[in-house]
Amino acid sequence: MGLDFSVIPKYLDIVLLGALWTIGITVGAALVSFFGGIFLAVIALYAPAVVRWPFRIFSFLFLGTPLLLQLFLIYFGLVQIGIDVPAFVAGVIGLGLHFAVYNSELFQTSILAVDKGQIEAARTLGLSRMQALRKVVVPQAVRDVIPPIGNNMIALLKDSALVSVIGVSELTLSAQRAIGSTYRPFEFYVLVAAIYYIINLGMEAVLRRVERRIQASK
Amino acid sequence: MSAQKPFIDIRHAKKSFGTLEVLKDISLQVDRGQIVAIIGPSGSGKSTLLRAINDLDPLTGGEIWLEDKQINMDLPHRQYERHINEVRQEIGMVFQHFNLFPHLKVRENVTLAPKMLKGLTDAEANALAEEQLTKVGMIERIDYYPSQLSGGQKQRVAIARALAMKPKVMLFDEATSALDPELVEEVNLVMKQLAEEHMTMIIVTHEMGFAESVCDRVLFMDQGVVVEEGPPEVIFRNPKSERTQNFLRKHLAGQKA
Repeated sequence: MGLDFSVIPKYLDIVLLGALWTIGITVGAALVSFFGGIFLAVIALYAPAVVRWPFRIFSFLFLGTPLLLQLFLIYFGLVQIGIDVPAFVAGVIGLGLHFAVYNSELFQTSILAVDKGQIEAARTLGLSRMQALRKVVVPQAVRDVIPPIGNNMIALLKDSALVSVIGVSELTLSAQRAIGSTYRPFEFYVLVAAIYYIINLGMEAVLRRVERRIQASK
Repeated sequence: MSAQKPFIDIRHAKKSFGTLEVLKDISLQVDRGQIVAIIGPSGSGKSTLLRAINDLDPLTGGEIWLEDKQINMDLPHRQYERHINEVRQEIGMVFQHFNLFPHLKVRENVTLAPKMLKGLTDAEANALAEEQLTKVGMIERIDYYPSQLSGGQKQRVAIARALAMKPKVMLFDEATSALDPELVEEVNLVMKQLAEEHMTMIIVTHEMGFAESVCDRVLFMDQGVVVEEGPPEVIFRNPKSERTQNFLRKHLAGQKA
């Protein structure tokens, strides 16, 4: 049995719809991981111990256990205690929080790297510590950390394939469905790989734009 | 000294870092509109004293008063934060390394605090920024980023940023020490202009000539104490203390070299 790519057009709409879901999950989870990462970083650096420790334990759990397991827990596990989240939302939250923990490490480093004189200047004007963090320190920290955060976001895109296991019809799962009807795994997996790669290129282009923007104001 | 209550009153200020005593019982009164220069070798505690006034380096003993308000009050943490944020709005500070906010344009550097803390509208804040930047001669650069400015220009913007909060006092912490020599004058001019407007100022400086021409009083500090204080013509021309004489001699020799 040779290769036959002519089966693809018939299933292209399913695959492309899957690509849209993948993009949706990635964008949603990227937002959660970005703002969640900043939030976790500020907690880790500035919150009193009673607040810091629960978050620290939370972070350890997310770093130390498989993402796949976390998705199962959020989607199948939480129902038992009465929290029923749709698969898409569970995927966005699971992926988002997982990467928020990674991003938090980056944000912590870059927040600490902002010159101490910046917070002093803000405080002498009368800003509170939180105001100074929000308006002066965090924006600079974010700016400095965009390239490595971008790498995390590309990892996030690839890991979004895991969300297929909780039944979100994203790219990987839609490929599997097409394969189920056609028995053409090679053709569809190659197609899907190409689509992931194209989304990846798109993300990199957006990142480069953002970086150039930032560079202009430095 | 006038009979009225001093504008700024530092009473028995003490500060130690561990076993190191940086300020040893310093008292200083400054009247409204007065300009005081603090000179002395590095490590003498002059910057620490200045930074204690707005509580950047909190004292370990003594009191600091601004008019009838004690700055370093003994309050529970939360209340103290609220208190000190209010006090700091009345005290402008200018740093050696400018500390402009690099992610914001000149305009936003000036408007940030008035907008956040005084609830100014965009239009009001812009008008304020334009007024202050005109005053320091930086209005043409209002839409530049700090990285596009020279050191002297940065420092003038930093002064405008502090003035935008309409402070009662301005503190200058070696405002011209980080500048190339040819850029010092433009910053000194702005400070002279403030002096003419009778802004109360405390200036930590290495610029003896500037201190002599602008200040009403000069304090010479060494090893955490005020060795000698008086009008500039006495301190610079006719110092009584041997330590002051030595410092000025060394300093002058250093400037000629």
